[in-house]
Amino acid sequence: MKLQAPENELLTKSAAQLAALIKAGEVSSREVVAAHLQRIADVEPQVHAFLSVDAERALAAADRVDAKRMNSEPLGSLAGVPLAMKDNYAYQGLPCTCGSRMLEGWYPPYDATVTKRLLENDIIILGKTNLDEFAMGSATENSAFGVTCNPHDLERIPGGSGGGSAASLAAFEAPLAVGSDTGGSIRQPASVTGTIGIKPTYGGISRFGIVALASSLDAPGPCARTVMDAALLHQTMAGYDRLDSVSINAPIPAAQAAASNPDLRGLKLGVVKEFTGEWFQSGVMGQFDQALTHLVAQGAEIVEVSCPHFEVAMGANFLIMAAEISSNMAKFDAVRYGLRSGDDGQHSAQQVTSLSRGAGFGAEVKRRILLGTHALSTGHYEALYGSALKVRTLVIQDFDAAFSKVDVLVSPTSPVTAWKIGERSADPLTTHHADLCTVPSNLAGNCAGSFPIGVSADDGLPVGFQVIAPAMGDALLYRVGAGLENAFGVTGEVL
Amino acid sequence: MALSVAEVSQLGELAKIALTPAEIEQFAVELNAVLERVVEVSNVNPDIPATYHPLATSNVFRPDEVEISTASKLVLAAAPAVEEDRFRVSRILGEEA
Repeated sequence: MKLQAPENELLTKSAAQLAALIKAGEVSSREVVAAHLQRIADVEPQVHAFLSVDAERALAAADRVDAKRMNSEPLGSLAGVPLAMKDNYAYQGLPCTCGSRMLEGWYPPYDATVTKRLLENDIIILGKTNLDEFAMGSATENSAFGVTCNPHDLERIPGGSGGGSAASLAAFEAPLAVGSDTGGSIRQPASVTGTIGIKPTYGGISRFGIVALASSLDAPGPCARTVMDAALLHQTMAGYDRLDSVSINAPIPAAQAAASNPDLRGLKLGVVKEFTGEWFQSGVMGQFDQALTHLVAQGAEIVEVSCPHFEVAMGANFLIMAAEISSNMAKFDAVRYGLRSGDDGQHSAQQVTSLSRGAGFGAEVKRRILLGTHALSTGHYEALYGSALKVRTLVIQDFDAAFSKVDVLVSPTSPVTAWKIGERSADPLTTHHADLCTVPSNLAGNCAGSFPIGVSADDGLPVGFQVIAPAMGDALLYRVGAGLENAFGVTGEVL
Repeated sequence: MALSVAEVSQLGELAKIALTPAEIEQFAVELNAVLERVVEVSNVNPDIPATYHPLATSNVFRPDEVEISTASKLVLAAAPAVEEDRFRVSRILGEEA
């Protein structure tokens, strides 16, 4: 069953439209924020996209934007527009649970760099959204606080790990959201909810204050319903940050200009030959082929390219991710923050740490820490982690060869549409296939985005089109995205 | 290459996660299924150089100057147990007892 469409027309407007109306004084930020809070109250029992809602501060922030407008103070491109934040970003005053019992009720003592930039630009944070525990998963089914439902069919998953952020957009609970992508956690939820999600170039948006999953793969990024909204949010989030050691000190990609100029003439699109076959649903391939036809009609050229190592990228990404997870999760030692269990005077500090981690982490987190510990242990390091790092080199070489022939690579974002809640949770391996097309970009650190291209003919569910561009070529994603939006319309028309 | 139940139990100790016997049994089965899928990476040509990180990064240093940092009371407010303005921990002596 689909979620009912909203009646209040403020809810179906794009973020750019809302910002323009607020700036012109035709509607107040308070009215916009109140409308979204009402929508959240109305549909959350069915969707469960949010883990916390911050109505009071959101309305107070909206009033400040309205006061600025009254005083003719300058307003940013998205001033007064509400946003949903994935619950692994630090934002003082709201809990940061990462979907885990381990951090239930933990309030971060500082703001993430992205949080600061959103607030400085007068974007209104509505609340924090659901995710797979510590962003480990492809369905939000691994959240300790219950699954999020896909607004296109409430019995189906919204993708993961950022299923809450994607579902909040598709449900019209927010026009903007932020996520983080380590293997597809922004792009795959965008794909299955008919929304847009961008994994920027690694180092293009600061990771500071976002709870780390796998540090050499993590990329925070924007989520939206229109290409222009994603571009405006991208530019607000991006830029050098001295608090992130991998932050790139270079000009921010001109996403907005690209989004408003979908001129595809002469642009070479590389279709990755390896991204077809048994894992791909026929309705997904049908929409993908139709999208290619539209892009060719707008002047793009199609070139088939081969990236032979993408097939083993899944295994390499999973091992590297698990290894980095086992190291990153060591900070949850029950001393400085999070759950403490067994602190009864009978147990030693080490036993308290083990008991707390045993009680606080869910099965998927434990599984990945154990796998990572194994992959890094003496006798297995070379065969597992060491080999994965070599495959990573080969994947990067495949990209380099491909980008010497074409401007961008294209594929379906996810080989399948949204599956039924519970259908695949019994088999953790099949859900990983959802990330088949997305993981190579995390290994290489380049940028990639998912754009909606209508619904699959076999089940009527949204399909996503992935565009991959070389590092710092983020603007190209928006150019192709705008071309797709020309052909398929904006997401609002799908629900 | 398959992991035994005893090895999974040992991994739990190394990773400092208290596991129940049922969890150990379950994870042994699941981890072996995962390993079967990912082990194909070990067929890679051993002469290929490893890539640890997607960017050519180098250490960045800043001048060693005192700056305002997060207030300790904010940090302690989020801690599971505090005593005399410090994190309270359980005993560390007699760990082997």
